[in-house]
Amino acid sequence: MSKPQDSTPSHTRKLFLGALLVAVVALGLFGPLLGLKTEQNMDNQLVLLFRPWHAIIAILACVAAYLVIQAIKIAAAHREATAKPVAAQPSALGKYLAPGGLSFVFIYPLLVILLVGTSGIPKWVDNFGILILIYVMLGWGLNIVVGLAGLLDLGYVAFYAIGSYSYALLSLHFGWSFWLCLPVAGILAAFWGILLGFPVLRLRGDYLAIVTLAFGEIIYLVAKNWKDFTGGGAGISAPRITFFGIKFDGTPDGFAAWLSWVLSGITTTFGFDPVTIPPAPWYRTMFLYYVIVVLALMTAWVTLRLRRLPVGRAWEALREDEIACRSLGINTTNTKLTAFACGAFFGGLAGAFFGARQGFVDPEGFKFIESAIILAIVVLGGMGSLIGVALAAVAMQGGTEILRELDFLKHIFGDDFKPELYRMLIFGSAMVIIMLWKPRGFVSVRQPTAFLHEKKAIGVDNVKEGHG
Amino acid sequence: MEYFLQQLINGITLGSIYGLIAIGYTMVFGIIGMVNFSHGDVFMVSAFIALIAFLVVSVWLGIGSVAIALIVMLVVGMVLTGLWSWTIEKLAYRPLRGSFRLAPLISAIGVSLVLSNFIQVAQDPRNKPIPPLFDPNDVIPITTGADGFAVVLAYKQIVIVLVTAVLLGIFWYVVQKTPLGRAQRACEQDRKMAALLGINVDRTVSATFVMGAALAAVAGVMYLMQYGVISYQDGFIPGIKAFTAAVLGGIGSLPGAVIGGLLIGLIETFFSGYFSLAYKDVAAFSILAIVLIFMPQGLLGRPEVEKV
Repeated sequence: MSKPQDSTPSHTRKLFLGALLVAVVALGLFGPLLGLKTEQNMDNQLVLLFRPWHAIIAILACVAAYLVIQAIKIAAAHREATAKPVAAQPSALGKYLAPGGLSFVFIYPLLVILLVGTSGIPKWVDNFGILILIYVMLGWGLNIVVGLAGLLDLGYVAFYAIGSYSYALLSLHFGWSFWLCLPVAGILAAFWGILLGFPVLRLRGDYLAIVTLAFGEIIYLVAKNWKDFTGGGAGISAPRITFFGIKFDGTPDGFAAWLSWVLSGITTTFGFDPVTIPPAPWYRTMFLYYVIVVLALMTAWVTLRLRRLPVGRAWEALREDEIACRSLGINTTNTKLTAFACGAFFGGLAGAFFGARQGFVDPEGFKFIESAIILAIVVLGGMGSLIGVALAAVAMQGGTEILRELDFLKHIFGDDFKPELYRMLIFGSAMVIIMLWKPRGFVSVRQPTAFLHEKKAIGVDNVKEGHG
Repeated sequence: MEYFLQQLINGITLGSIYGLIAIGYTMVFGIIGMVNFSHGDVFMVSAFIALIAFLVVSVWLGIGSVAIALIVMLVVGMVLTGLWSWTIEKLAYRPLRGSFRLAPLISAIGVSLVLSNFIQVAQDPRNKPIPPLFDPNDVIPITTGADGFAVVLAYKQIVIVLVTAVLLGIFWYVVQKTPLGRAQRACEQDRKMAALLGINVDRTVSATFVMGAALAAVAGVMYLMQYGVISYQDGFIPGIKAFTAAVLGGIGSLPGAVIGGLLIGLIETFFSGYFSLAYKDVAAFSILAIVLIFMPQGLLGRPEVEKV
């Protein structure tokens, strides 16, 4: 292969100077903050620890990254002459992804029992499955607001908190069951969404984002400080989920006893011996898992149906160009309000579920960072794409678990090294990189909902977004 | 009355810090119309840089002079924080100019997460206390009330207000009287036209980010001096309050940012002094929401006309 034409000595020199500049900048950035570490000594006084290798590694990494990016750029400039623009094509993989993923979600707990036995359920179904699905549901809920209507909501976790506290407080003061509280929590959250939305939805996109952020923080601070009502930082307990009124415990009215009674009824009818099911704590986990699967799928289903309704189309039109929408007679405030209320409703449902799963609600789960994580999931998933959001939630939560498992890195960086601490570093950079490289996220094919003669999928890179 | 006076002094000190951070928001918003969400975390990074500079001077070099330590903290903090901001703008925001409107904001949220997490892993998550620069008992008494409540003016408060005033003066001079300031004001009015007239827009925007970060670094030093402690989480709340200040004063307006900062500082101290300490942040956030809803142009801002 012939050398690229622009690889002349002057080009090499430019590359060298560029690398030098990067090294100098990186020295300024990381020299003090990585090379010198502040630590408290025995007398509780701060002292400095000199760690040259940390800074040197960071600087070398920056230079290497610079050179790699330049190499990619040169290679891309080379290829550009011959390459043709490629239209986005929905791959065969995409066609089977949704049904495949769905079947996997349904048989996943059974697979866990088959592969690791019931002892693996707390880890793999509860910590992994249920947590990821909560984030999938929150991502889908926020997707209605951010992905469909194009309203940046930085305080989504407030609705999640309202849902959780509604469940805990309603069951505490009125003794309502989970199944009664669930829709009420959703409706209360939606109501708060409307209450907040009325005044603020006239604001421009970035102002709206900041006001929603302020709202989220206010809810957090109130939950933390209003001790008489919310229990403050100590939290309040929420009752555990029941199987439509039947508790998951070993009592004669419990789930195991009830299941034994039902199964025995069937077996004795056919002339077999009655069976007894021993009580076990994992029945509840399994039930919780399928509840959140159903709730998440309901969110997805409602989203898909709403997109076909006039209001859904108005949302998407609003996202693309607000001024055009207004000119065409769409009531933008009401349209935004419905999107806000729908998103809040699902956030509230997820919150009530979260309360029932934890058995306990405290304000620490509702900090701004949670809103940022949910937003990152929606952004990384390609705002508007349901499968993308689900994959991003899996990557985000699964990725954290994988980071926790990377024990071999401790041999390289010492025992203090905890890879999971780097989680937000990785996801924050991913947010930036996605914005730079593919502003519409990884899964970047979007089906237009309205079409004239035939259905065509277009690459979202070709869709220009208006300034809404 | 004495209590009121003391709160007034404290509020002005706090307000100076908010005002310095608010300028960074208002300038960037004025010139490229972007809410620089990561500015609060840049402020936090600057406080860490100042902390390290302070330790180098006092512990390693053994220099006990407060004035030298303060000057080194300010200079090193301003230069290195400016470098951080320059790098961030170049890598994360500049390529997004011309993308859809929310793209820079989302990118800035990513940067904010990266910065706070970076400090968390590089400098561990603990609070970092420094010994007080000035002797806390060495204060100027002003008056003493009938109930024995003494109103005092601490030296650090004088330093904070003075340094803020001097730097604001320099900054005002740069924006009003120098070619760079003229280029900035031109870009603020019409970026395309400014570019046609031979102004290097990219460089002007970079300079704006660097200046905003340098003032945030001054705020970082002052914050460290006032509270004597910093942690990786301390960028978020002051950042939001400074943004509130910028919005209250009218976003895009420089005197507005300073006035807004002083107002927010005063409101916060009086609210925590007379009503409730636990809800002081709720008060600040409510002001943000109320101002944005009922008075989006702020005290000194121009009403905005949406153009197609």
